[in-house]
Amino acid sequence: MDQLALAPHDHGEPHQPLLIARDLKKHFPVKGSGGKAVQAVDGISFTVRKGETLGIVGESGCGKSTLARLLLYLLVPDTGELVFDGAAVGDGITVGALRRHVQIVFQDSYSSLNPRMPIRDSVAFGPFVQGKPRGEARRIAREALARVRLDPDLFGPRYPHELSGGQKQRVNIARALATGPRMVILDEPVSALDKSIEAQVLNLLRALKRQLNLTYVFISHDLNVVRYLSDRVLVMYLGRVVELGPVEAIYARPAHPYTRALLASQPSMDPGRRIEQPPITGEPPNPISPPAGCRFHTRCPFAEALCTSVDPPLPLWTGPPSHIAACHLADRMRPARLT
Amino acid sequence: MNGAAALAEASDLRVRFVGREETIHAVNGVSFILPPGKVLCILGESGSGKTVTLRALMRLLPPRRSVIEGSVRIDGEDVLAMPPRVLRDLRGGLVAMVFQEPMTALDPVYTIGHQIIETVRRHTGCDRRTARARALELLELVRIPSAGQRLGAYPHELSGGLRQRAMIAMALSCRPRLLLADEPTTALDATVQVQILILLRNLQRELGMGMIFVTHDLGVAAEIADTVAVMYAGRIVETGSVERVLRAPVHPYTAGLLASTVHGQPRDCDINAIPGSPPDPRRFMPGCSFAPRCSRRQPVCTTNLPEPRFPEPGHMAACFAVPSAPVRLTLRAE
Amino acid sequence: MAEINAAIVSEPRPLAGAGGVEAEQGPPSTRVRGYWRSVGFRLRHDPVTLAFAAVVLLIVLAALLAPALAPFDPYKESIIGRLKPFGWRGHLLGTDELGRDMLSRLLYGGRVSLLMGVVPVLIATLIGGLLGVIAGFLGGRTNTAIMRVMDVFYAFPSVLLAVAIAGAMGGGMANGMLALSLVFIPPMCRVAETATTQVRTLDFIEAARASGADTLTIIRYHVLGNVLGPVFIYASSLVSVSVLLASGLSFLGLGVRPPIPDWGLMLSTLRQSIYVVPYVCALPGVAIFVTSICFNLVSDGLRGAMDVRM
Repeated sequence: MDQLALAPHDHGEPHQPLLIARDLKKHFPVKGSGGKAVQAVDGISFTVRKGETLGIVGESGCGKSTLARLLLYLLVPDTGELVFDGAAVGDGITVGALRRHVQIVFQDSYSSLNPRMPIRDSVAFGPFVQGKPRGEARRIAREALARVRLDPDLFGPRYPHELSGGQKQRVNIARALATGPRMVILDEPVSALDKSIEAQVLNLLRALKRQLNLTYVFISHDLNVVRYLSDRVLVMYLGRVVELGPVEAIYARPAHPYTRALLASQPSMDPGRRIEQPPITGEPPNPISPPAGCRFHTRCPFAEALCTSVDPPLPLWTGPPSHIAACHLADRMRPARLT
Repeated sequence: MNGAAALAEASDLRVRFVGREETIHAVNGVSFILPPGKVLCILGESGSGKTVTLRALMRLLPPRRSVIEGSVRIDGEDVLAMPPRVLRDLRGGLVAMVFQEPMTALDPVYTIGHQIIETVRRHTGCDRRTARARALELLELVRIPSAGQRLGAYPHELSGGLRQRAMIAMALSCRPRLLLADEPTTALDATVQVQILILLRNLQRELGMGMIFVTHDLGVAAEIADTVAVMYAGRIVETGSVERVLRAPVHPYTAGLLASTVHGQPRDCDINAIPGSPPDPRRFMPGCSFAPRCSRRQPVCTTNLPEPRFPEPGHMAACFAVPSAPVRLTLRAE
Repeated sequence: MAEINAAIVSEPRPLAGAGGVEAEQGPPSTRVRGYWRSVGFRLRHDPVTLAFAAVVLLIVLAALLAPALAPFDPYKESIIGRLKPFGWRGHLLGTDELGRDMLSRLLYGGRVSLLMGVVPVLIATLIGGLLGVIAGFLGGRTNTAIMRVMDVFYAFPSVLLAVAIAGAMGGGMANGMLALSLVFIPPMCRVAETATTQVRTLDFIEAARASGADTLTIIRYHVLGNVLGPVFIYASSLVSVSVLLASGLSFLGLGVRPPIPDWGLMLSTLRQSIYVVPYVCALPGVAIFVTSICFNLVSDGLRGAMDVRM
């Protein structure tokens, strides 16, 4: 029996979102600064539907990596709630059980795998820790390696330093799959890879999602990749959600000025269509002391008086596919259609 | 191609790193010509040898471990045969370099103003006041806001984009005629990257500098290059104008790279990935190094090194499958 | 070359949209070499370290086989045979101030010196290493508590501290070993703590936590393997220091009691006779020096072999 393709036993009904994040906050106090803190994640709410891929985009400092760790309780949120398939974490489901259902693939770095452990032990560690006997854990590891198209006999006994970047990333994916999760969080999984290898890994991820009935949360700064993989996209800026909606709506009719600027900053691959003016000036501000009012107003070409004082709200719930943006002017402005 | 007026010229450049246990063949015969005032983009993935090539142009490679062969000429001068003093004048004077990671390229214990002033004085021998004025001028040239204040800022006090601008200012301080850029925008966010790219492009045009820009990102190449040289496993596999190479590449690797870059592909089918991985630079393989991954390989590809073919003037591809005919080929990998 | 041929024979690229993901090709090298194997490989090709390791081995063997190798009884005194030079009546290395055979005493003394060199290091590695790993992994207040206590002991020069502790406890071999152990625990703790702190921040530790592992399991499977290297290197360099310090303690009369042969003690008692038979009296010092420096150089070689960027 294929251990990895577990039949999903939904606690909730199919319409129950697999993951609900409510008002997650995580601040990191800065030592010696008199109570100031890095407001990495400052009130994030969204849902992840069963079987979808939710893409999360943002630039450095927006808090997406912190968010990834919050979803697994690798970091404990200061406030806020996480509900997995109808059961609140801490209440209806323990953190240990959460980690059986939700796994994470990190950005491949030289330290993502234990250099002293052969690959098969690294992959078998997850099932082993979750109670499987050694022999069975090894067997699961073999299956997982085969799933990511790495020959278990050839790669199992090897050490991380003998593998290329793309192969290591496949191992990371195998490690995440070995515990039989229902949801996988991918934190910049292809950013460190060459483009030709990136394509291979993306194809693999798509195939695995189909085969194993997975739900993905795909975090990246690369808008092209997010567009290719995601069903819905969430745009983050300085610890907040600024826009959320179906992927084509976001890319064709971005409602928030930041999203528009982000999309306009992507180089086309056509030398005949060069970007002449930077769509946005300045840099992302410091997450320690974000601007008052709308956090984006310091760089926003459309900012008005209201924006400097009042934080634009974002509705908590998205029922049917809907496209929301945290901008006072979203309704008034007619967003330009971007191809 | 005439070589008389070339700003930079490399001819059969080879670089290998000799270690105790193994030898790494980083660059295996690279030749190119850069006319003055033009931008050449060296495009390649990691391990292609693009960064080593760039550093070899200024001889910035570890002297004991690296063996450089071939010839490199900048403004007619043979760089590889230069005595150290002349080389030091060349670096920062005629040729300047902008690195990928400004945090490591700028000295953290000195303010950026100090570093620029020192560079200016080293090369022009002027007094402090003149150098300071020049430093201010440079910071304004690279559009750093509140330039006067920023002269006294330390690198860690600046954000990534500002640091990169400061590094560009330092590179431009002695009016170089050739600017070498080693992936200067890779570590930056998209919205900052586009600002830096536009800045570099405008500066290059205004100051009439030649530029050799190394990157792995096709989009960046499209934004900034006049000509593109694609490198794979230490060799140039295709060169041509940026329009030609990016719109209608003929070498299977370039075509594969283009097809496998995620850019608006339909969501319901796979991306055409190039199978396999780049070759190990520690092994020296006969024949074309791309052959194991190439869908159009022939038996001759594994035994002989492909010679340059010219599908049209100014467009070169090192591939047996490319006919050297005047007919224009628009090949795209399917 | 086998991998290249295999790659060429592999199936052609799938067509667009086929959704096929081809099998990955093999990694560059076909040799599976774990970390320790590659350490062994590097050591085998390091003749200097191997030579000194051989000397260390000889010293250890000589000490272990002392009863078999010693020509005379190390305790047998002789009034007429006192302070005799090399080769006198079968005494290859002469006799000491009480007429006892030097060679035999050196061999037996080696046992004591090596014991007092190795045992304190073992104890310190176990205790100090454990404390260091705990402090390094848990961080925060636990770390502060443990490390600051260590700092207090660190403030004392090691020789003085050893002398003070051994003296306060009244001398003797066991007390000497205990004193040395206490002296070595703080530096060993610090080495272990540094190594653990470095490992703790690496991504694979976070991945292990994400798999659901608890702290003890992570330490056991992921941390120890990576910390062992630096700890082992440091321990091997500590042995050479320990031999020196132990000899020093015995020299001051705080180690083993006479008539038990011990190099440090022998040095002390032979001191006055140095103008009578200088070479004989210098012998224990030579033994201490050679042993200590060989351990030191072997430790250096180990560090070179183990310090691999992987």
